[in-house]
Amino acid sequence: MSGVPADDVAVKADGVAKTFRLPQEQVSTLKERVLHPGRRPRFDVLRALRDVSFEVRRGEVFGIVGRNGSGKSTLMKCLAGIYRADAGEMWLRGRMAPFIELGVGFNPDLTAHDNVLINAVMLGLSPDEARARYASIMDFAELHEFAELKLKNYSSGMQVRLAFSVMVHVDADLLLIDEVLAVGDAAFQQKCYDVLNEARDDGKTILLVTHDMNQVQRFCDRALLLERGDLVAIGDATEVAQRYTELNFGIREHVAIGQTLPAAASDEGAHLLDVWIQDAAGARGEGIAQGSPCAMCMHLRFLAPASDPVFTLTLEDAQHRPVVEMSSEGDDVAGSGEFEVGDTITVGASFDLWLTPGRYELSAAVLHAGPGRHAMATAERVTSVVVTGASRGGGIVDIPHAFFLDRAVDAKPPIQRASR
Amino acid sequence: MSATPAPAYRVRGPSALGDSGLRRFWNLTRTLAATDWKVRFYGSALGYVWSLLRPLMLFGIVYFVFSYVVKAGAGVDHYGVLLLLAMILYFFFSEVTGAGVTSMVDRESLLRKVGFPRAVVPLSVAVVAVMNLALNLVVLAIFVVASGVSPRWTWLLLPIPLVLMLVFATGMAMLLSALYVRYRDVRPIWEVVLQALFYATPILYPIEAVIGHSEPLAKLVLMNPIAALIQEARHLLVGGTSLTDALGSTALVAVPLAILVGVTWLGLRVFDRMAPLAAEEL
Repeated sequence: MSGVPADDVAVKADGVAKTFRLPQEQVSTLKERVLHPGRRPRFDVLRALRDVSFEVRRGEVFGIVGRNGSGKSTLMKCLAGIYRADAGEMWLRGRMAPFIELGVGFNPDLTAHDNVLINAVMLGLSPDEARARYASIMDFAELHEFAELKLKNYSSGMQVRLAFSVMVHVDADLLLIDEVLAVGDAAFQQKCYDVLNEARDDGKTILLVTHDMNQVQRFCDRALLLERGDLVAIGDATEVAQRYTELNFGIREHVAIGQTLPAAASDEGAHLLDVWIQDAAGARGEGIAQGSPCAMCMHLRFLAPASDPVFTLTLEDAQHRPVVEMSSEGDDVAGSGEFEVGDTITVGASFDLWLTPGRYELSAAVLHAGPGRHAMATAERVTSVVVTGASRGGGIVDIPHAFFLDRAVDAKPPIQRASR
Repeated sequence: MSATPAPAYRVRGPSALGDSGLRRFWNLTRTLAATDWKVRFYGSALGYVWSLLRPLMLFGIVYFVFSYVVKAGAGVDHYGVLLLLAMILYFFFSEVTGAGVTSMVDRESLLRKVGFPRAVVPLSVAVVAVMNLALNLVVLAIFVVASGVSPRWTWLLLPIPLVLMLVFATGMAMLLSALYVRYRDVRPIWEVVLQALFYATPILYPIEAVIGHSEPLAKLVLMNPIAALIQEARHLLVGGTSLTDALGSTALVAVPLAILVGVTWLGLRVFDRMAPLAAEEL
């Protein structure tokens, strides 16, 4: 597929590769070069993009997703003519306007007025055109009253508004937008979406880098997924968003089955040999689909006699907020029983996994009975589970629910046990 | 979707001159220069008036001190005017290169976010300096009239050394700005070099004083393109010792000229090689 792209193709990348050489030690003074003329600075080679090929059709909204450092921004910068690709061909059709790293390169010491004019020219307008459109740019950004304020006195949200406004006013056929719509207040965000939708209806092409999978599913027609510089998936936006969730949360190493956890210094009376979460089929270490039955378990050996010990299992989200905490004490069991030195047991709790898709970390503890709840053994965040699936709602827990709608004023909600 | 699609073009990445045409190149250069010019007078009540008033007062002081107090140029006709001309030209060179060194780094936020011809950055610095030079020359004209220099046809040739100075300063600025992206010690070094060049150039003292001291030394001093251009500009303005007179032969003029061309060529080459990588190395 090398050569000039077909008429309906707005962006074409063919075998694009980009490598960065990162100096291992920052040798950037002449003195070092003079004192050590023979020593070449040593470099770490970072392959930011490897053999990336794709085509975007005209009028398409195309998402580019991937984890941090996967090469999304590098790809955008290559397309925008900021970086030079080491290999491959890139073709664009029509005027392109980049919107990279939250802005188009403002000068903090200049007023908004001057910055708007510079950047409109930078993005391809003539100085006269830029002056003619100045008023509508400021209208869109709703920043007229701050026109003569220096940019350094602008809040970051205001700067993004201004930059976005410039970008949509330069008549670009192709918008390269890198991670921006998350900034700005809700009203302005909606405005951005409206104007992008309008641009799409006008046949303009939009490339959008984002981490927000809802955005990808709702807004993009197609998407590609980058992982460590490789293109690993391309196609329908919803499918790519699914792949991203799996990839993003599913690649950490897990404690293999049968492998013994190292004894912790805090172990006092018990040793946790293994802690895990598994699905109904017994598989662990993989993602578990949202809503499916599963069990959190621990395997432990007693180092001292124990009477009615309490077992707790906790799931924490990425922000280390405990989302689920299950304790054997709260159950209706009178006591867990008597244990001798050397007794080895498996304890667990089963439940349906109604958490929002994402990664959760599992901690386990064995505690002495009684008010002190002195720990016999703890294992914090030793393993994790990835809840897969696409959540339509928000929040931490995605409880099964059923919507009802009734026009009557005194409507009685038909409350029932929800199921999906 | 529009019926006739715009033609597809290949993205070749950033370069010194870009492939977007001369018109856009000039639009970018003058826009950057215009805003630079604006920033300079921000927050001052008199604004642009300062760009004339400042050199007028500054040159008045220098004129007075060196014509009536120090008398370094005793025996040289119109020494005060010659001194001003030399200072104006030297300040022009020092402004282009001094601001040029850090120009790429100063424009980092633009370079990292927009693809545009990279040479626009040092060239816009040169354009600002040219605007300043033009104003300074207006002020100089006032002093020329005031001190009673009679008009000569050689004034028509004055643009030649001025343009050569612009070329040399711009080439040097491109070289320095490209090096500064990678080696941050270029700036202090260049500040010292500019200081040394100021005293190594016959500005405060006339070249006749050097010739009187040692002729070979005078020749050496004029190997410096800045000194050679200033000397020639002085000659074209009020007569007196010409560059060829001071060098003793026309052939020797080739040396400062060769240095000028060589440095400029090197500046263009180094800048051209660095330009595609500027955004990643900043």
